[in-house]
Amino acid sequence: MKNILVIAEHDHATLKTATLNTVSAAQSIGGEIHILVAGNNCAGAAAASARIPGIAKVLQADAGHYAHHLAEDLAVLIAGLAKDYSHVLAPATTFGKNLMPRVAALLDVTQLSDIVGVESTDTFVRPIYAGSLLATVQCSAPIKVITVRSTAFAAAASEGGTAPVETVPAAAPLGVARFARQELTQSERPELTAARIVVSGGRGMGSGEGFKLLEDIADQLGAAVGASRAAVDAGFAPNDYQIGQTGKIIAPELYIAAGISGAIQHLAGMKDSKIIVAINKDEEAPIFQIADYGIVGDLFKVLPELFAELDKLPPA
Amino acid sequence: MKILVTVKRVADYNVKVYPKADGSDVEIANVKMSMNPFDEIAVEEAVRLKESGNATEIIAASIGVSQCQEVLRTALAMGADRAILVETGAAPEPLAVAKLLKALVEREQPDLVILGKQAIDGDCNQTGQMLAALLGWGQGAFASKLTLGEQETEVTREIDGGLETLILKLPAVVTADLRLNEPRYVKLPNIIKAKKKLLTTLSPGDLDTVLAAQLTTLKVAEPPKREAGIKVADAAELVAKLRNDVKVI
Ligand SMILES: Cc1cc2nc3c(=O)[nH]c(=O)nc-3n(C[C@H](O)[C@H](O)[C@H](O)COP(=O)(O)OP(=O)(O)OC[C@H]3O[C@@H](n4cnc5c(N)ncnc54)[C@H](O)[C@@H]3O)c2cc1C
Repeated sequence: MKNILVIAEHDHATLKTATLNTVSAAQSIGGEIHILVAGNNCAGAAAASARIPGIAKVLQADAGHYAHHLAEDLAVLIAGLAKDYSHVLAPATTFGKNLMPRVAALLDVTQLSDIVGVESTDTFVRPIYAGSLLATVQCSAPIKVITVRSTAFAAAASEGGTAPVETVPAAAPLGVARFARQELTQSERPELTAARIVVSGGRGMGSGEGFKLLEDIADQLGAAVGASRAAVDAGFAPNDYQIGQTGKIIAPELYIAAGISGAIQHLAGMKDSKIIVAINKDEEAPIFQIADYGIVGDLFKVLPELFAELDKLPPA
Repeated sequence: MKILVTVKRVADYNVKVYPKADGSDVEIANVKMSMNPFDEIAVEEAVRLKESGNATEIIAASIGVSQCQEVLRTALAMGADRAILVETGAAPEPLAVAKLLKALVEREQPDLVILGKQAIDGDCNQTGQMLAALLGWGQGAFASKLTLGEQETEVTREIDGGLETLILKLPAVVTADLRLNEPRYVKLPNIIKAKKKLLTTLSPGDLDTVLAAQLTTLKVAEPPKREAGIKVADAAELVAKLRNDVKVI
């Protein structure tokens, strides 16, 4: 078998944790693992990749046109390198989802999205229909191009390795797309996909001010804040808070859902959480069917009470 | 400016689907089928571009079984000018769809192709990016805003950290996310009018495209079920459980 190439997601200086989950998926396929760090002044991220135990080699491609991770330009680079590999893996984040189909098409191979299980070197499990079904699929393509669902693979260790870092030449820019600007949500809270606790609100929050109740509780618990699509569409919360089939997929230790009915598209993003708490005034709400603890009641009464109870709680 | 917009026929998003009894695939016989919700958003965007004078012609395309004509008629009722069905057997893989679309693009020469970002059956989220790669075009995937210029288009994309705006040279590929627009309800007179619009059927052979499959579905199953837990009376009881029973806070 040839080797496995993992495409690192990073901000040039540091690695995104989803890269570690992707390495772990690569480890369960088995074989020698290389990591590609393509960026602009990305020595920091390359060094971080080299410290992951068990990595054979880090490839660093540094160029100005990789500064914004444009799929158009990265795909050319990766397709050029991929011919030496049996598998090319990236996280199933918006970074990987944007990039990997483009890589696969340049290689004239199919792509596997969002795998949650590895059965063998060519057989993988992936969710379909908003996660209501799991398909086991066998892939006959000579190069398997895959995105990995982070919540399904524990993060690989990040320290202890000493892989060599090799420079690879950048590919010429394609010149069809350029970066204009970014509006990133600023927050002191942990990142949604990495948070141990997530407090999430739906249409029942009624307004952006309603979300303030959730934010206060999130801050007590050191939690991230999430939202349903309805809450995002209504403008109560920014788009990157959305959890679900078409938003973020998370599996925290504790998920608290307030004013969320529990549509299948929402459950798709959080049903693998360890403990689920639902607060909803409708006792028939489907969210209660998967909640470990449910409170039937008005969230505008329950949330302030929860805040007060947490406030009283001695440190664990 | 000419726009090609793609529509897929999928199990309606409100329907719960099950595996076939032998676990070989998804059971979609007798399931209510509709236009993929993301494709509705794609069609709506194309129609708005025409209504605002930015586009002159909208062609809706679908790839799949002959019943896909229904979703094409819906696209025509929403405001597409004509439709093309590339009739194939069971749903081809995204790469095969992208190759058929590339052939259609070469035939029709659109300035912009708008697709839904993913189809809610396979949840692959691949076809638009693959099409852009095959054409060597720029891609604005997961678009929540689209501004069309003469030579370029500005696309705002929903990314994990927030929003990102790219400028793409035209022609380009854009894939629609949920917040690009809210699709209109189709009115009865438009449904009637749509019946008279041109719908052409082609075969993959007409497009000189051979469809190779590289994936075999070995099994389809339901994930392990989560059991419903208990109701607690109030916040105090909840906090006690979370602290003492499951120790997550
Ligand atoms: C293609 C597609 C993709 C989608 N992707 C996603 C996705 O990624 N994520 C997602 O979340 N959704 C997604 N959806 C939308 C999904 O189908 C639901 O519409 C959405 O999740 C509903 O959000 P909600 O639960 O906040 O709102 P609702 O369903 O309106 O529920 C609101 C709940 O709040 C409760 N409530 C109201 N007031 C109070 C109060 N004062 N106290 C307590 N409870 C109260 C109500 O009882 C109700 O249960 C998608 C839909 C489609 C078609």
